[in-house]
Amino acid sequence: MNSLYLDGVTVMFDGFRALNNLSLIIEPGELRAIIGPNGAGKTTMMDVITGKTKPTTGTVKFGNHDLTRMDEPRIAMLGIGRKFQKPTVFDALTVFENLELALKSPRGPLACWRWRLAGTARQKIQATLDEIGLPDRAQDLAGLLSHGQRQWLEIGMLLMQEPELLLVDEPVAGMTDQETEHTAALLKRIAGTRSVVVVEHDLEFVRALGRRVTVLHEGSTLSEGSIDHVQNDPRVIEVYLGR
Amino acid sequence: MRRAILLACICTLAALPLLNMLPTDNPLHVSDFIITIVGKWLCYAILALSIDLAWGYAGILSLGHGAFFALGGYAIGMHLMRLIGPRGVYGHPILPDFMVFLGYTELPWFWWGFQSFPFAMAMALAVPGLLAFVVGYLAFRSRITGVYLSILTQALTYALMLAFFRNDMGFGGNNGFTDFKELLGFSLNTSSARMGLFYASLLALVVALALCANIVGSKLGRVLVAVRDGESRARFLGYDTLQHKLFIFVLSAMLAGLAGALYVPQVGIINPGEFSPGNSIEAVVWVAFGGRGTLVGAILGAFSVNALKTWLTSVAPDLWLFVLGAIFVAVTLLLPRGLIGLLEGRRK
Repeated sequence: MNSLYLDGVTVMFDGFRALNNLSLIIEPGELRAIIGPNGAGKTTMMDVITGKTKPTTGTVKFGNHDLTRMDEPRIAMLGIGRKFQKPTVFDALTVFENLELALKSPRGPLACWRWRLAGTARQKIQATLDEIGLPDRAQDLAGLLSHGQRQWLEIGMLLMQEPELLLVDEPVAGMTDQETEHTAALLKRIAGTRSVVVVEHDLEFVRALGRRVTVLHEGSTLSEGSIDHVQNDPRVIEVYLGR
Repeated sequence: MRRAILLACICTLAALPLLNMLPTDNPLHVSDFIITIVGKWLCYAILALSIDLAWGYAGILSLGHGAFFALGGYAIGMHLMRLIGPRGVYGHPILPDFMVFLGYTELPWFWWGFQSFPFAMAMALAVPGLLAFVVGYLAFRSRITGVYLSILTQALTYALMLAFFRNDMGFGGNNGFTDFKELLGFSLNTSSARMGLFYASLLALVVALALCANIVGSKLGRVLVAVRDGESRARFLGYDTLQHKLFIFVLSAMLAGLAGALYVPQVGIINPGEFSPGNSIEAVVWVAFGGRGTLVGAILGAFSVNALKTWLTSVAPDLWLFVLGAIFVAVTLLLPRGLIGLLEGRRK
């Protein structure tokens, strides 16, 4: 497994520094929560890692791969999956078909045309359906799922790609308490065999994850450590918690 | 339900030329006029199918598919012109009449090879395909989508129309090609040639439908739906969506070219008016009316809107464009799933 390595990353938008000399290391198998107020650069950081935004300066590496030189599909195929803030499953397809699309397999048009669902692929999809808790919704259109179920389906789609690193953007926004709990358990379960980075506002959820936390502020790291450590850090209290 | 409609339609269509052979006083007799016009609609249906494949599934709304149709028509038209040979007004053994008239002394290089039917048919597919590849590659690579792509394709067909209007393009200027004599040894104004073209068009339609159905039923079809509904999401799943869109756009353009190649021998003329932007828009209305993203709906739309057009332009010609506009508005507001949606009822 590879570790993710960001060093001195700066992203300028029309003179505004969305990221300012940001450095961050995610170890293989780590589950890391990233918090920070609006505009702290959380989404921009995700964009840089997934190749949507190119940094103005700085190094972004995944193992030996220089991510700043790769486009989105290649980074995705490298094993970095991203879950967006707004769940973007494909409503016109069934839950099963959504997972099938995400399954690691040849991606070209002709390969897709010829593709036949084999036994092992079916088993993988079934295993993921079980893991995200939606086995009896397999043949339903994704458009019919509840908000929480859509989020899990999206996480399931990421798992189908057998990623080494999973970026999860605000997974529990708008979820019920029960759904939030279920999601925390799901993320803890899937970390370990892969690295997971969670960006979240909800501090109760971050506490439920119970792992290392990084606080971003104005595009760089303000504090890092356990949830208790960062909650007691005076700088964090000033900019974020102590409002 | 769709399958049943489809089978009934194919059987009815296949029976039409047979009914044409009945004596004229038989109540079931179908006139030559009907055969010719339904033959044209079969070609329109292939065009509609090609639009539905790109628009209904991949979300590529081309308002310039008429250009691919016309290019296919021009390719077969060039073949038909070459076959006229010394039977033209000027009696030149090689040069078509318009070239003699414009003072050409030899055949331009891009007319070479068109005396061969297989070559002309290959060009009827390859030229639209190549154009779609170049335009599609440039547009999709720059991530031009939605209404901008529609405007671009509309401009493409308009530009081609203006170009083909010019006499020095070497394609007969605004008169285009006509006065065709024969195709594959059959004189074009015999009823057997009409019947042959009718069955060729029907066969092409069935094969095209089977091909499209095979694609949309495969994982490629689901990837296209994903591209239509969330292209950037599909890209994050690792799909290089440029390839998939380009593949389907080129295939769609080739189908449109095939439709044009079958159309021209049946109507006996091709001129730059075939590139007119209105034609492409009308074809999109067929698809919307029939029900986009269903394939069968596109075919149904092509037949029903053209039947309406044929009837209306004979009883009240001035009304047609208003009715066409009204159909489009009505379908958009009231029948988002088109005729197919209406026939299948409110499922889901």
